[in-house]
Amino acid sequence: MKFLSKKATCNSHGQDSSYFLGWEEYEKNPYDEIRNPKGIIQMGLAENQLSFDLLESWLAQNPDAAGFKRNGESIFRELALFQDYRGLPAFKDALVQFMAEIRGNKVSFDSNKLVLTAGATSANETLMFCLTDPGDAFLLPTPYYPGFDRDLKWRTGAEIVPIQCTSSNGFRITESALEEAYQEAKKRNLKVKGVLVTNPSNPLGTTLSKQELELLLTFIAKKQIHLISDEIYSGTVFNSPKFVSVMEVLIENNYMHTDVWDRVHIVYSLSKDLGLPGFRVGAIYSNDEMVVSAATKMSSFGLISSQTQYLLSAMLSDKKFMKKYVSENQKRLKKRHEMLVRGLKKIGISCLDSNAGLFCWVDMRHLLSSNTFDAEMELWKKIVYEVALNISPGSSCHCTEPGWFRACFANMSENTLNIAIQRLKDFVYSSARDSDIQNHQHSNNTSPKKKSFSKWVFRLSFNERQRER
Amino acid sequence: MLKMLSKMAMCKSHGQDSSYFIGWQEYEKNPYDPIQNPSGIIQMGLAENQLSFDLLESWLTRNQDVIQFRENGGSMFRDLALFQDYHGLQAFKNVLVEFMAEIRRKKVKFDPEKLVLTAGSTSANETLIFCLSEPGEALLIPTPYYPGFDRDLKWRTRAEIVPIHCYSSNNFRITESALEEAYEQAQKLNLRVKCVFITNPSNPLGTTMSRDELNILITFAMTKNIHIVSDEIYAGTVFDSPKFISITEALIDRKLEKSKMWNQVHIVSSLSKDLGLPGFRIGMIYSNNETLIAAATKMSSFGLISSQTQYLLSKILGDKKFVKRYIKENKKQLKHRREMLASGLATSGIECLKSNAGLFCFVDMRHLLKSNTFEAEMELWKKIISDVGLNVSPGSSCHCSEPGWFRICFANMSGETLDIAMQRINNFVNSSTDFCRDIQQQPPLMAAASSRRRTIANWVVKLSSGDGRTLKDGI
Repeated sequence: MKFLSKKATCNSHGQDSSYFLGWEEYEKNPYDEIRNPKGIIQMGLAENQLSFDLLESWLAQNPDAAGFKRNGESIFRELALFQDYRGLPAFKDALVQFMAEIRGNKVSFDSNKLVLTAGATSANETLMFCLTDPGDAFLLPTPYYPGFDRDLKWRTGAEIVPIQCTSSNGFRITESALEEAYQEAKKRNLKVKGVLVTNPSNPLGTTLSKQELELLLTFIAKKQIHLISDEIYSGTVFNSPKFVSVMEVLIENNYMHTDVWDRVHIVYSLSKDLGLPGFRVGAIYSNDEMVVSAATKMSSFGLISSQTQYLLSAMLSDKKFMKKYVSENQKRLKKRHEMLVRGLKKIGISCLDSNAGLFCWVDMRHLLSSNTFDAEMELWKKIVYEVALNISPGSSCHCTEPGWFRACFANMSENTLNIAIQRLKDFVYSSARDSDIQNHQHSNNTSPKKKSFSKWVFRLSFNERQRER
Repeated sequence: MLKMLSKMAMCKSHGQDSSYFIGWQEYEKNPYDPIQNPSGIIQMGLAENQLSFDLLESWLTRNQDVIQFRENGGSMFRDLALFQDYHGLQAFKNVLVEFMAEIRRKKVKFDPEKLVLTAGSTSANETLIFCLSEPGEALLIPTPYYPGFDRDLKWRTRAEIVPIHCYSSNNFRITESALEEAYEQAQKLNLRVKCVFITNPSNPLGTTMSRDELNILITFAMTKNIHIVSDEIYAGTVFDSPKFISITEALIDRKLEKSKMWNQVHIVSSLSKDLGLPGFRIGMIYSNNETLIAAATKMSSFGLISSQTQYLLSKILGDKKFVKRYIKENKKQLKHRREMLASGLATSGIECLKSNAGLFCFVDMRHLLKSNTFEAEMELWKKIISDVGLNVSPGSSCHCSEPGWFRICFANMSGETLDIAMQRINNFVNSSTDFCRDIQQQPPLMAAASSRRRTIANWVVKLSSGDGRTLKDGI
């Protein structure tokens, strides 16, 4: 007799994916400026470490928030006992106002439609429990966050069918890609329950255009399915185009009094915008009463500590501070983004044009020994072990084309980022040199691939010389 | 228009329509307040420990640095803000296992590597069932049990619960035959049994399992080759003898450390009851089974404890002197409160099941029922809420096999409020007595009815003895 459940013994927690393996390698040999300057630099963790100073100074000026006090009076008892799954009202109110603020106040949210959960991880799984029966499918545009394989499928028994997006159009979602995914699900005898998008996208770092959003709404209206919009990165939009929430498009396109209104659900979290993943603050927002009701009960399995709800209700209620924080944070993200993009450009590596997120979607196709995922893995291993950078290979994000990597820029100091870029530079030049040497030795056997590679090196060194002048 | 939601979202197996939750709702509409609403409903259905906050509050006052994230002149804020490792804060786990051992009189030692942190024991219990059973498989649970289990253990896991019927005739102790019967019942229902799930100390009984019971349980689980889950969430609330015997201690005493059973026993705990901190969502799973710990650790991603809270508790529990003092003082308070409730009820001619733990008494009100039925229990319960103004939990909501038992909490209000509650019960019972006397004076209409009336009248003279009659669990 099977002693533990299949869930406990199988592999669908997805933890064997390279995404997690890179993390493990990093942990064995982590970079430290002083103690381990040759160690692996972590560029696979989408964390926002840029604005802690702002939060820390706020905390110093507002000791009541962490001190269990309200207007100088202790509310420790009240908080210690507060386990109501409807959440701390003051926190929900502050959170929905913050969410509206991030969306330029183009939309307003009702705190009664908000369900608090221990992180977006919990929110996403809970929504799947509410929307799918085991074996039902959700369509997700690729590339997508590797954690979804675990979060959406593991305990729910749901399936994911990819909506293939390609670099030919900047990985934008198209009508045909949506339709193809739907047909693929049908072929596999899977009932499609909805589409889940991450907007802004992880790993692309781009915001969905209005057209894409309208396309999605038309699609889910036609197929009578749900749309989950994971907007966890909505506060990290540092450049135009501005963030357009699906809620905004619903209202503009007159979906408010249709059944589509009830089938769009938003997931949010403070892990990326505020850089507080350890505090486990997530939320589901839905216009469907039944979803809110069921999700609220399910949140019992992952409530946010009342201690933390209170701290954040105080912070988010300080509107002046939050405005300042959001603006300053976005400025810093923008700067970091530029650093990475420029640094990579100098060594002939381009990034997908992006305006949000904590990472760049990097095009290393020209560094592959062949246009295959095996070659991508080969390159990735080299980057982890020889270059000593942990970045995420596109295959771990289910990207359909080999050669793309996600590199994070907000989870280290500026110094460390520069070192990372330098290491890549050294790697690229030495690879070019090796390739040149190989080409000289095998001049009769120069493959088209090698030819284009050496052409690129020539172009690169030419550019360098030009700049130096 | 088809809702297109999951079956789970649309069904009722979240158990929220149970009277347990309905009573709660009634209370919320009309809550007692000594000044603002003195005739409101007193909440006696919430198993919270509000007796020792003063100790915690004074600790916090003395340790402001900790709550402001300050340590050794530096700030821990950044590190904590970023800490989302599902292995949990090591410093916290280290002191947590020591606290667990302290509560178990140091008869067992725990390894922090075998501990999984979860957002409350609600999360721990569900996670364990996800790890142990497939949809449709069964857990055997002794009745009466915590109403929340119907949701926590079955809803999203799709597991089934088959009750192990316990009766007042032997103080609701678990017997070998009850275990066998439950197992056979599961077979009859074509359900594969995966584990026995016990709460020790028991909710709602407030009793600790005897060594005999534990041994019967272990032998049973070994014979059937199934798991044992021991929810020991109330272990820190044992205020009287007999001493608490953890399932681990029982296993060790039987020299089963090297047996297969050692990997089939899993403990759940929490700081919600011992320390009275349900809002902070601190739960845990402990097991020697490596595969289970590995899976449960990953699953804890769906309900991690806030690092801010892990840090605070690591400091509180790390203060060994304080912890020793807290445990001692807390027990004293609980014992006193239990006595208040038991003696208060006794003056109204109402008995409690003899208990040595928990935040509640299991109260025998069978003699107040109009008939030995669950309908009569519901009737009485509604009267208690509306006429007496107390929210207590009817035994049926705990799946008790006999009508007439109620769980009444004693640690979630002030001493004065408890006194008022006792007074209200006294008034109610006396008025019921008047009612009975009136009936007695009327000419007997039906012979069958007169014996029932006599029973009620007899109660006025002496305390009810309880005849231990059983009823099929039709509810």
